[in-house]
Order: sequence, then structure tokens, then C-alpha cells
Amino acid sequence: MAITLTVNERRRTVPAAADTPLLYVLRNDLELNAAKFGCGMAQCGACTVLVDGKPVRSCVTPAAAVKDAKITTLEGLGSAEKLHPLQKAFIDEQAAQCGYCIAGMLMTAKGLLDENPHPSEADLRLALAGNLCRCGTHGRIIRAIQRAAKEMSP
Amino acid sequence: MSAGPITRRGFLGRTAALTVGFSLAPLARAFAQSAAPVGPKLPGSLQTNRNLDGWLRINPDGSVTAFTGKVEIGQGIVTALAQIVADELDVDLARVTMISGDTATTPNEGVTSGSRSIEDSGAALRAACAEARAILVETAASKLSVPASSLRVENGVVSAPGGGRATYGELTSEATFKREATGQAKPKPPSAHRFTGKSIPRRDIPAKVTGGPAYVHDMRLPGMIFGRVVRPPSPRAKLISVDEQAVRSMPGVVAVVRDGSFLAVAAEREEQAVAAARGLDKTAKWQQTPSLPPTGRALFDHMRQQPSQTNVIGEKSESAPAAVKTLAATFTRPFQAHAAIGPSCAVAHWENGKLHVWSHTQGPFPLRGELAKALKIPPSDITVTHREGSGCYGHNGADDVALDAALCARATGGRPVKLQWMREDEFRWEPYGSAMVIDLQAGLDANGNVVDFRNELWSHTHSTRPGESDGVNLLAAWYVKDAQRPGTARNIPQPAGGGDRNAIPLYVFPRQRVVNHLLPDMPVRVSALRTLGAYANVFAIESFMDELALAAGADPVEFRLRHLSDPRAKAVIETVAAKAGWRPGARGGDGRGRGIGFAKYKNLATYVAVVAEVEVDRESGEVKVPRAWAAADAGLVVNPDGLSNQIEGGVIQSTSWTLREAVEFDGTRILTGDWANYQILRMPEVPTVQVTLIDRPGEKSVGAGEAAQGPAVAAIANAVANATGRRIRDLPLTAGRVKAALT
Repeated sequence: MAITLTVNERRRTVPAAADTPLLYVLRNDLELNAAKFGCGMAQCGACTVLVDGKPVRSCVTPAAAVKDAKITTLEGLGSAEKLHPLQKAFIDEQAAQCGYCIAGMLMTAKGLLDENPHPSEADLRLALAGNLCRCGTHGRIIRAIQRAAKEMSP
Repeated sequence: MSAGPITRRGFLGRTAALTVGFSLAPLARAFAQSAAPVGPKLPGSLQTNRNLDGWLRINPDGSVTAFTGKVEIGQGIVTALAQIVADELDVDLARVTMISGDTATTPNEGVTSGSRSIEDSGAALRAACAEARAILVETAASKLSVPASSLRVENGVVSAPGGGRATYGELTSEATFKREATGQAKPKPPSAHRFTGKSIPRRDIPAKVTGGPAYVHDMRLPGMIFGRVVRPPSPRAKLISVDEQAVRSMPGVVAVVRDGSFLAVAAEREEQAVAAARGLDKTAKWQQTPSLPPTGRALFDHMRQQPSQTNVIGEKSESAPAAVKTLAATFTRPFQAHAAIGPSCAVAHWENGKLHVWSHTQGPFPLRGELAKALKIPPSDITVTHREGSGCYGHNGADDVALDAALCARATGGRPVKLQWMREDEFRWEPYGSAMVIDLQAGLDANGNVVDFRNELWSHTHSTRPGESDGVNLLAAWYVKDAQRPGTARNIPQPAGGGDRNAIPLYVFPRQRVVNHLLPDMPVRVSALRTLGAYANVFAIESFMDELALAAGADPVEFRLRHLSDPRAKAVIETVAAKAGWRPGARGGDGRGRGIGFAKYKNLATYVAVVAEVEVDRESGEVKVPRAWAAADAGLVVNPDGLSNQIEGGVIQSTSWTLREAVEFDGTRILTGDWANYQILRMPEVPTVQVTLIDRPGEKSVGAGEAAQGPAVAAIANAVANATGRRIRDLPLTAGRVKAALT
């Protein structure tokens, strides 16, 4: 009972059953904190990670289903010492209150900007429609992603 | 009930039946954090935690560790408090470490709630640090043999004009702060602040955007396993039978806890705990009893008929002309959920009969007391340490899950347990913000001024937190075999108020009577949701102000200003009107409209006025709020960006409550269980919010986390009326309800 996954460009083998939700493998086996349990039903987006560059809900994705894919979590974008432009923009805009939704917002934004480097505000809002925020930080999140988009492809 | 004239007899008939016999004195005591101490009155929580060393420590390297009993709940309080500490002590912000919310190390400041942290902890730290600085300067003066008045302090280094110097580290001994505060040292004037008043970036954000360990959910202790609870299908259900053995043999299961109607599991892996909980749920047989009130309009009729504790909270009878026109209207608000994005979570660890709990509670000390009652062990055997959680917006499942984790971890042979609720546990079992029904009546004189105002409201309590009452306010305690009762429902007394928070208008009305009915029975579990009763009361009063303005032929902004005497109240209204480009008397049309709402939160804290712009789709009834403007006056501003963030968030959260949210139930069960049946506002729908702050350096800093929600709901409701010509007095303003009002 072991699965080998490629997470943040590293091959990792974990002692998990094939149907284990990817989220629990990331959080508990690999000790990656960013993806969060929010609903377990793909309704809120707090658990979003990239699978082959596309935003995916890790809470309903069986680990075995992504064993041949490249999985990227927020930790794979950058670190506190070496921030990704998106992370830096979220700090610059102070785009968090409780912050529980933020990792999911960032990964969805990364997926969007990789596909559409110059999204309009309407594109951006639509791309994030499946990511719930309860504190009301939406405006800052939009501003932060716009700031990062400018920085990443001027 | 619809708006329109009512007979004087009918109105008196209702109010004359009041019984007033509710003494405030024991309540005030019940809500105080501890017995009144002797000595001078000290600022904020310094009054109840009087020793300086409880608030700060100077480390040998001159850095500062400051302690607060308040906790970070996404509002930026820890950063704001560090700003205050750095300013008063004259040290760089980077040299201030904050320790918050730990029963082992910090002052007991009760609960982080009611937008009070800046007033309680900020005021205490400001005074304690000012006094600490004075002590250090005096010590330096004797050491350097110069007058204290000649000394300067810069980043923790005290210098004399002749070149003598001493660092805070050198000047501090074990005994330096082992003394009671006198309150004699004068805090700095705002003009001398280096950090207060600046938008200092929040300390907690870098970890939150990089995947650092930021939440209790991210904790990992050696040997830690994972827990889940299995809650009953309905509030009064009792467990008849369950196949524990089948679950014990499932992979990874370490413990199955069955205690009365409380069920929990612990397993080596999280997904194993989830599977085991599902296994238990599948075989559990329950006896269910209907206990929930009627729904829809019948709920509010039912609430009026319930036994109540009735209290006249505001009465005025000044001479004024007789009313020539009278309006009356009824406003309602449903049960609404906190609906945190992350379900509640706690880590519990038993060692030698002593319990350590890590929790996103808003009140580590009250939680410790309540856990002690529930577990029947002394509070001294329990440590509660705060770790951040998902935003709570009031009293949600944070405290309950701590008891769940403690009960579960008692069965694991000393292995720590991290127990998180599932999504439906959170929706079905958190205490909701109470439904409310509010009857308003007012009379206008011949000049169109309000001369009579009557408000009568019915609500369950808005406060059933741990530590606030008799009984045990933790969910699992009501379901274990040796069950305990929830505490008696109480109302937080005026002037802050609970259900009646902001029920007394700030407007100057010569004749006024405000009556609060607290319904002590709680068929639906209720407690503090951000603003308590203020959301509904401001919705009602501010909607009614627009109805009165319309009846008087006046512009809503002008009508408000002429009924206010407080210049700070007028200033936020004038500011927001200017920023939004308010055009007096502008009629809405084509489904577009604007509205204004105003309140001074609790009648004690931040002044906020909001203008909202709406678009109403006449076909579907869908309401959109593309833009909103807010003006806020929170006294001396500690962190302008942090304050803006709170106001923006408040407007958006209130927009969601207002357009979408109501908890659904039938006679037996809570039906709301996930985001599909509890819709909140999504990214494409949220308004763009523009905030203007009015800084008042000469006024005390007051809290703002809950100040915008009331004005925002009122602004939206008034904008919908402006856009459609129809007044909707029941929340939420769902498409169905709006459509029905338009046809």
C-alpha cells in the first residue's frame, strides 16, 4: 500500500491507499500545509492545487489518479525567502484576513495566469468563482492578482 | 405586517402588556471577567491584570516580548498591538515579539470579540509599556547619575547628553516589572508615534501565502493521530445502538468513543478516521424528537408568542409637537450561519491526567473553565493555547471541537489527537446568529421631523459562549451519558446590548420607547455572530428612516443629518455622500438605485456610513451590488490599511448575508449542510468597495471589525427600494423574494 507521486518536482512515495484523497497525502504525508480542507466536496476551492498546470480540487482527487502527473502546491511556487510574484503581490496588497482560502485562490490564479497572462477583471472574477472567501477579502485578492500579472508579463 | 397607519389603541394594547422585572446588576457581574480589584482604575484589561510583568518582558538582548490575552482571528490585532508596544517603549517593531492567548503565559482578557481588542488590550499595553519605559528611564537616570528628563531613548537604548548610555537589556532585572501598574505614566501623544497610524504589514500574512504553519490545522505533534465525530441526525436525537466492533476492526482505527449519544473515532491516518466515522454513522440508530420551530413567516409569529424576558431599554418623553403622520413596519432576519471556510479543529493531548488543548477559540481562559466543568477536572490541570483557525466571525464551533478532541484523546493512551469537523458538522452544529423580528413605529410632525419613535423586538440570545453563564456551553457536554445543561440564556446588557445592540437609534427623537424581548428558550442553537443584534436592528431602523424620509418628502441623507446632533456621525454621512457622488432626491429607475445606511456600532464604537449601488433584474428578481462606498471613524487609527481591510470585509460579508443567507430546517432537522444549500456571495458578485477613513488623533481608538455590517445591509435594502419603488422588510433579499415583491 504505497503510492509514488511527483509533487513540486520531487518524486515522493507515501504509505497511502490508492483512494486516499490527494489532500490528505499532501497535508499529512508530505507535511505541506498550504492546501486546506474546506468542504471535502469540491465546493469551496480551499484545497486547490495544480495537476499538470490545471487547478484541481485535491479533496476529491484520489491520489492514485494523479500518480503520473505533475502536482504543484503553493509551496512549489515560492517560499517566504524566495517569493513568487503572486505571493509577493498578496503580501503587498495585504490580501488576506483569516487567510484560510488564500492558498486555493493563489493556485487558481496561477492556473489562470499561465493560460491568460493579461486577464480582465471580469476574467479574473469568473476564474475565481469556485473559490469561496468568507472574510470579504475579494477586492484585495483581485488587486493582488492584477498586480502580479503586471509584474509577470509587463 | 406591512407599513401603514396603525391605531393608537392597537399600539398601546401591545406595549401596555409589558412586564419589566429584569434586573441588570447580576448580569453585569456575570459578564465581567473577574471581581473588581482594589486600587486605581487602570486602562483596558490592565484593570483586571494589574502586574506589569504579565504584559511585557525585556529580554537580555534588549528585545521585547509582549503578552496579550486577545487572539488573531484574521483581523490583524497582533500586528496592531505590536505597533502600540513599539511606540510606547521606543523600540523598533522588529524587536517586539507578541505572545497571544495562552492560559499558561498571557493575561486573561476573556474573549476576543465585540471589536473590543484595541480598547481592552491596546489600552492596557499602551499604559503598561508607557510605565515600563518610565521605570527603565528612571533606572538609567540613577545608573548614569543624570536627571531622567535629560535622557533620550532610541530603539531600546537610553542615552545621556554627555555620552552615557544603557540598553534596556542592561537596565532590566528579574524584579523590574514585578509590580502592580500605577497608571501614572503618560502614554505618548499621537504626534510622537512612529508606528501607530501607519499601515504596517500584518505579521501573520507571509506564512499564510507561502504554506507556512499558520493554523491549528497545520499542527503536527509526535505520535499524533486524527479524530472525527459522528453527530446525531438532529438536535434532540438520542443514540439507541451502534456497531462499534465493526468499526474497531477497520484499518488504522485506534479508538472508538461512545459516551451516551456522543460518538467519535481516532485513527492513524486522517482518511481512515473519516472512513471510520462514516462506518459508525451507517450503523448508528437514533431516536429523533421534533424540537425545531416553524419556518417561513410562521417562525416570526411563533417568536412573538414565546415566553420572554421583557425590558424597556430606552425611554424618552420630551415635549415636541404632536405627530400628524404615523408609520409602522415590521422587519425580520432569519437564522444565519458563521459558515467558516475551514471547519473547526483542535488538537488535544492528555499527559498524566493533565490536558493541553490547542484551539482557535476566541477565549482561551473561558474555554479552559468550560472544559474543566465538562471534564470534571480542575482548570489548573488544563492548558489552552491559541492557534489560528479559519475566520470565525463570532462564536462558531471552535470551542465545541476542543471538547470533542479532549474526549477523543482520552481514549488514545496518551497519543495527541487532531480532530477536525466535516463540512456538515460545521453547518449543522455551529450556533447561529438568532432570527429576529422587529416592529417599528414612528410619527412625523407637520415639518416632517420624527417626534415619536417606538421599537419593539424579539430575539433569542446572541451570546452563549463558554464562561458566560451557568451550565456548560460546549456541545458534546449535552450529549454524553452524564450530560450537563447549556447555560441559561442571557442578554448582554445595554449600552452594548445583545439582541438589542443598536436598537436605540443615535438619532435625536424627542419621544422614544425601545422594548427588548429576550426569548430564553433556544430550540435552534444560537450565539454570537458578528454584530449580534446590530445587523438586524440597523437594517430595520435605517430602512425605516428611508421610509420616513419618503413620507416627509425629504432626501435620505438630509433627513438623517437633520435628526443627528453628533458631529462625528454627521461627518461619516457627509463624507460617504460626497465620495459616492450622492445626488439629493435622485430617483432610481430601470432597476438601478442607490441607498445609504449609517450606525455607530454599539452606539459606543466606530461610526460607519455606507452607500450601496444596486442593479435589480426585474425578470428574475436577482439583486447585484456592483459598488459600495464606506466612510469610517474609529477614533485614533492604529493601522489604516488594517482598518480598511476590516471595513471592506464587513461590507462584503454583509452583502452576502443580505442577498443570500438563511439557515434552513424542518421540524426535526437542520437541513443546511453544505455550500450548495447555503450559498454565499462569490467572486463575480462581490461589490467593489471604496473605503474612506476619518482619522481622529484626539479620540480613543475603538474597534471596527463589526462596524460596517449594519450600515451595509441598510444601504442595500434602501438601494433596492430606490431602484424598484418596493420596500422589502424581510431578509435575505433573495431573487425569489424580490421577484414576488415586484409582481
